[in-house]
Amino acid sequence: MMNRRTFWDRFYHRLFAFAAGLCVLVLLGIFGMLLLNGFRFFESVSLWSFLGSSNWNPSAWGKATYGMGAMLWSTLLVSLGAMVLAVPLGIGTAAYLSEVAPGWVRDWIKPAIELLAAVPSVVVGFIGIVVIAPIISRIFGLSNGLNALNGSILLAVMALPTIISVAEEAIRSVPNTYKEGAYALGANSWTTLMTVTLPACTSGLIAATMLGMGRVIGETMTVLMATGNANAMPHGFFDPVRTITATVAIEMGEVPYGTTHFYGLYALGAVLFIITLIINLLAESIAAKFRKQGR
Amino acid sequence: MDNDLSTSISISGGGSGVGITALLNHRTQIANSSRALNDEEIALAGKQGIQLVSTVFASDALAVIVHPSVGLHQISIENLGKIYAGDIKNWKELGGRDGTISLYGRQSNSGTFMYFREKVLGRDFSNDLKQLNGTAQMLESVKADENGIGFVGFGYLFGQNGALYPGIEVLALQAAPNEAAVSPVNKDAILSGLYPLTRPLYQITDGPPTGKALAFIRFELSKAGQEVVARSGYLPPISETDLVEKY
Repeated sequence: MMNRRTFWDRFYHRLFAFAAGLCVLVLLGIFGMLLLNGFRFFESVSLWSFLGSSNWNPSAWGKATYGMGAMLWSTLLVSLGAMVLAVPLGIGTAAYLSEVAPGWVRDWIKPAIELLAAVPSVVVGFIGIVVIAPIISRIFGLSNGLNALNGSILLAVMALPTIISVAEEAIRSVPNTYKEGAYALGANSWTTLMTVTLPACTSGLIAATMLGMGRVIGETMTVLMATGNANAMPHGFFDPVRTITATVAIEMGEVPYGTTHFYGLYALGAVLFIITLIINLLAESIAAKFRKQGR
Repeated sequence: MDNDLSTSISISGGGSGVGITALLNHRTQIANSSRALNDEEIALAGKQGIQLVSTVFASDALAVIVHPSVGLHQISIENLGKIYAGDIKNWKELGGRDGTISLYGRQSNSGTFMYFREKVLGRDFSNDLKQLNGTAQMLESVKADENGIGFVGFGYLFGQNGALYPGIEVLALQAAPNEAAVSPVNKDAILSGLYPLTRPLYQITDGPPTGKALAFIRFELSKAGQEVVARSGYLPPISETDLVEKY
């Protein structure tokens, strides 16, 4: 005979285990669906021409082409650009918040940064078209500002909250004894920050960067709106780009089910998923290492 | 005519391809399209036991717009095709300013994209084409880009007060090099069939329309319906008048 307490105890134990398992199941389900449908794409298109050729034009006038080269490069270009902008800014902000800022400043800035994460991506994209694009075209003397740089700037803003909060956590976890040692040797706070505190949490900062990257690479609406979406291989930040995410979003609505094009979009989704999966796994393992070091 | 107000109609946007695909996937009763059905869609419909029937309920003219500083006022369809295919890259090749042409177009799920490709290019667009979400973005982009060229439905050229949209130049089109250029700003030229980029707008149904879909299409083709068409910046069906009589 089980008493009531034991019953409820076991009940909740199972319930939460089920919830946790469900998450994993959903993840596996999504991955499996992407892979299964993606594989069917390669019945009609070779993996080599998918990865190796640059032109994606499934509804071509002549022969349909399914190369993701230009798209892959576009995605990487925009994401790397965003990281170049967001990482120094993000780590700088994190260092300021955890090491320099007085308490009341931090109490204002932290919630503001968290709110930044709540801005819908479609709003960010809109700002890209209306505000950033004209500024870019004026500063760089271009005829228009719908290009990779615009996307990078917007994505940098969107990655900042992630980078700042993870980096701040990393910097805070550096034991005070390290810093006290540096001060005792006569170092000022700048030297301490640059030569002791930040190097001590490098792996945490790398994790912050990777998580920001994962956030950026999957972003769709913003880049779809603000980067011009040209199919051509971009030669730099002033060229318009069409990312993997934007392509899937644009073409999903028009594609008849069960066609090569349909499976092609799944293949693109699978590639994107694998990229973000690798980035997140790397970030997690680096972060785990850093947590061990911190203790 | 009695108006039945008990029926509600849900509309979703996204380009002609989206509507036709939705019809093929049994997700809608009427698909609006600004282009004719293509062979692939007809074949796919046959496979699924769907008989696609197109009804022309209005027509539209596609206007070619450039930034005023480009310096052109008219262009032949042939040169327009060369511009959009990427053969002509600088405005000075056509006697305009010295500047690299900046191409604006719609996304591949748009009927306008397909129509323009078929009527003007007859081949693929240049890879440098910037594919925009919609017509409003096209107008704003061309207005802001001193080397920009784009194409929009004729109805978008005019604001609510009927005045021409400011800050853009609407090009007159020559169907052939020795023919007179016709501007789409002149509505009579479009109605008389002189403007080269005039296209029918279709509503596509599974089989001939019946029931509420039939009543709806009849309303559109009625005098009251065509007044709505005109108010929305479109024109009555031009060539395919027989369809008006059919329903």
